[in-house]
Amino acid sequence: MSEPILKMRRVGKTHGKGAQRVDAIIDIDLDVAPGEFVAITGRSGSGKTTLLNIAGALDEPTTGNVWVEGRDLGDLSRKELAQLRRISVGYVFQQFNLLPALTAAENVAMPLELDGMRPSDARLLAEKALAEVGLGGAGHRYPDQLSGGEQQRVAIARGLVGPRKLLLADEPTGALDEATGEAILQLLRDRCEAGASALMVTHEPAFAAYADRVVRLRDGKIEEISVRRPVPSSTADLIS
Amino acid sequence: MGIKEGLLALLATEPMYGYQLKSELENATGNGVDLNIGQVYSTLQRMERDGLVEPGVEDEEGRVVYSITDQGRATLARWGDRPESLAQGRDELSIKVLLSIHTGALDPNRVIEVQRRETMGLLQHYVQLRSSSEDQDLAWQLHLDRLIYNAEAELRWLDRVEERLSTVALKATASAPTYEQQEVKR
Repeated sequence: MSEPILKMRRVGKTHGKGAQRVDAIIDIDLDVAPGEFVAITGRSGSGKTTLLNIAGALDEPTTGNVWVEGRDLGDLSRKELAQLRRISVGYVFQQFNLLPALTAAENVAMPLELDGMRPSDARLLAEKALAEVGLGGAGHRYPDQLSGGEQQRVAIARGLVGPRKLLLADEPTGALDEATGEAILQLLRDRCEAGASALMVTHEPAFAAYADRVVRLRDGKIEEISVRRPVPSSTADLIS
Repeated sequence: MGIKEGLLALLATEPMYGYQLKSELENATGNGVDLNIGQVYSTLQRMERDGLVEPGVEDEEGRVVYSITDQGRATLARWGDRPESLAQGRDELSIKVLLSIHTGALDPNRVIEVQRRETMGLLQHYVQLRSSSEDQDLAWQLHLDRLIYNAEAELRWLDRVEERLSTVALKATASAPTYEQQEVKR
């Protein structure tokens, strides 16, 4: 098996001290292989978001190590981490964090431009990403001219734009209706089938089921739940 | 489901012979009704006896085309107007979970864990089938939607059982008031 895009070993995170000490996650080992889509489920407060933040270098673990594309995040300088967050990792989080003064397309193109891509090229990729989330032609609109669901889709486009290797998604379908949610999940799947990897936090079983592998966090620890099986050639055994 | 009502619904559109009814019923339900040709003929005979359908003359290939009668249409209409009730009884999973909690002879968390793995695997499978069958027939997609919702409901229920169990366990350990709680009361 090839080197995982994301590798976590004995990762733990503790909040507070003494009697107030809370272990958010404990000794987590997790690999995400190239092209793999992994879903993390679990009750609220089970440490899902903490785990995702650590995987994306947005938070530091108290113990253990995290490697993204073979690089130990603990060894990277601030500048290198910033670069990693701009280029390699795509974030689709619950908060949209769109810049109100920029259009949808400018918001999506921003990480690419920050990384030195020519604005015209970045804009082209941004329009493509917007079209993928069903917002083709809405690139000129400002966030306050978009509905909550549309803003969320712009944020998703921003997370997916360009050549991302690792996509991190935290309840990416939160404000979306079911059909749009399914389309976004399918989009994440397609990206993984095209070679990217994804780690997604969700409490929706039907959305988790889009992943190749479903794991569950419980009391800060990880449990394997299920691995996607190949579709059988005959569907007769499914019907009951 | 009632094969009888299914046959009536099909015959309400046009007269058909046995094998045609079998394959149409399979098509219409996304292969959701599994039946053999013998069942179709025996059902047709019973329906003929009850005045719901009537046979025509045998054609040169020996096939008998059946048509629906007025009484058959009335039976079909009653079926359409009758709501189907969700099973109120406890299914095997419920019984297993409830008994494991009540008796302690089985570990309920283990029962939940095993079932969750199974059902999540199935759900992954259904979702995969649904995305690979986007252009396929409506009946099959609707059937998959139904399976997906059922699996989802079961997983939610398992989560809820687990949650309730841990709340009960917490209350049990906290039933003796702590020093802090006594302080607050004063």
